[in-house]
Amino acid sequence: MNDTAQIYDQGEYNFAYLDEQTKRMIRRAILKGIAIPGYQVPFASREMPMPYGWGTGGVQVTAAVLGKDDCLKMIDQGSDDTTNAVSLRGFFEKTAGVRTTYETSEATVIQTRHRIPEKTLTEDQILVFQVPIPEPLRFLEPRETETRKMHALEDYGLMHVKLYEDIAKNGHIATTYAYPVKVNDRYVMDPSPTPKFDNPKIDEMAALQLYGAGREKRIYAIPPYTKVKSLDFEDYPFEVQKFDKPCALCGAENVYLDEVILDDRGGRMFVCSDSDHCEERRAQGHTGPMAANPAAAQITEKNQRETTR
Amino acid sequence: MNTIQSDEPLLQVHNVTRYYGDRVGCLDVSFDLWPGEVLAIVGESGSGKTTLLNCLSTRLAPTAGAIEYRMRDGAMRNLYQLTEAERRLLMRTDWGFVHQNAADGLRMNVSAGANVGERLMAVGQRHYGNIRSTADDWLGRVEIESDRIDDDPRSFSGGMRQRLQIARNLVTHPRLVFMDEPTGGLDVSVQARLLDLLRRLVSDLGLSVVIVTHDLAVARLLSHRIMVMRQGYVIEAGLTDQVLDDPREPYSQLLVSSILQV
Repeated sequence: MNDTAQIYDQGEYNFAYLDEQTKRMIRRAILKGIAIPGYQVPFASREMPMPYGWGTGGVQVTAAVLGKDDCLKMIDQGSDDTTNAVSLRGFFEKTAGVRTTYETSEATVIQTRHRIPEKTLTEDQILVFQVPIPEPLRFLEPRETETRKMHALEDYGLMHVKLYEDIAKNGHIATTYAYPVKVNDRYVMDPSPTPKFDNPKIDEMAALQLYGAGREKRIYAIPPYTKVKSLDFEDYPFEVQKFDKPCALCGAENVYLDEVILDDRGGRMFVCSDSDHCEERRAQGHTGPMAANPAAAQITEKNQRETTR
Repeated sequence: MNTIQSDEPLLQVHNVTRYYGDRVGCLDVSFDLWPGEVLAIVGESGSGKTTLLNCLSTRLAPTAGAIEYRMRDGAMRNLYQLTEAERRLLMRTDWGFVHQNAADGLRMNVSAGANVGERLMAVGQRHYGNIRSTADDWLGRVEIESDRIDDDPRSFSGGMRQRLQIARNLVTHPRLVFMDEPTGGLDVSVQARLLDLLRRLVSDLGLSVVIVTHDLAVARLLSHRIMVMRQGYVIEAGLTDQVLDDPREPYSQLLVSSILQV
């Protein structure tokens, strides 16, 4: 990544905002994280020009792995064009000047907030997660000294106590996001608040996964093709959410859907949470039950042409 | 009373000493504990009972001395030379610790069933149905109704919490249980029920118990042997009935005679 180090004019940002020494420090933490899959590596998280909770951890990891030729995609809850994604994309456009994209297949680095793209990722892609609370045992054991010891000694009975409580109280495992996983048969890890629908994608994923938690000052990683198992009970096996209807716009099945409220009389629709996936399918001609009639689009275009004329 | 026959001690304590800075916790304590035996440690507040118990249960490293424990494979091991992982495994399988204040020994924000099941899950059980039925069985054994299995211990009375704590400790069939004033803070009738229950469980399971108490009646009811502590030293030890009926040391005599006769 030497191509990122260069002399800048006064007032210009160093490539990707962070200075080179900081990026080296973060890269060292990332390498350690990759060497010990699922282990939370402490790092000297920097103050970033955005509030905690906006993805300061993910931004630092992205800044450390980004090169000049990379193509960056930003996801916020599956969508490319919501506040968080737009702001962070703008941040890197300004400070790194890299190419950005909405298309999953085109991106080399994807920073995501709480979703994994529906399209299968490849070996030459890096997926960066924004993590609010990296410690999966946190709400069961408040002491950091104790949770570290529990990780060190592989003392994970407590994690199942949480799942037991779920079943006892709800009749099934009611945890639907931040669903704990065991990485490489060793460390229990919080896959950030992605819906558990995405957990099977983490398992044996071809792309490198990096997780950054800025406020909590932790980085962890899952190298490509690593076994990741979602915790469960023998008689209550892990299962993902199921949707009884396909996407209302593109008709996709077996994808994660978001509920969109349409009016105040109970009207609602379920659409792909992954907006790029949905648009790509619609471009290919797939339509769902609530998609607009293509003819309508043509009429609008015609009207627009006429008004501009 | 005890079902396990053995000529070999389960726990051997050699000259255990604990200082808190210049102050004395306990001094030069040595004894052996045999399988199935209940040993009571009595004495006034500040006499070093709890310090000794914490040293024995690896919660507090002694300043000097050695404690050896016979592992399930029959080998004697020095507790403070075990790795931390081994010690933890010991604590949650072969041992139990009943705290005076049940809130210290329970997870107050998870249900009674999960409290009892935690040790099972910690040693690798992954079948919800089995864990739950074992938990239910143990709640029954400590006289907690089945329909309370999904309730938080916060909604339990003091006596129930204490019984729940006992169930939580016994679920993995430990061989040695440490108890720190298990009946402290309970009213007299609840105490009597709890003592009855403890006595039955101890004899049914052939448990070895080290129980710390300032209540001589508890010692009389539960224990086979008794150690009287004062200012960190063990000043008298022997069979419970012998020591309580015929105390030799002036301090023991004082202790025995200071029990209120109703």
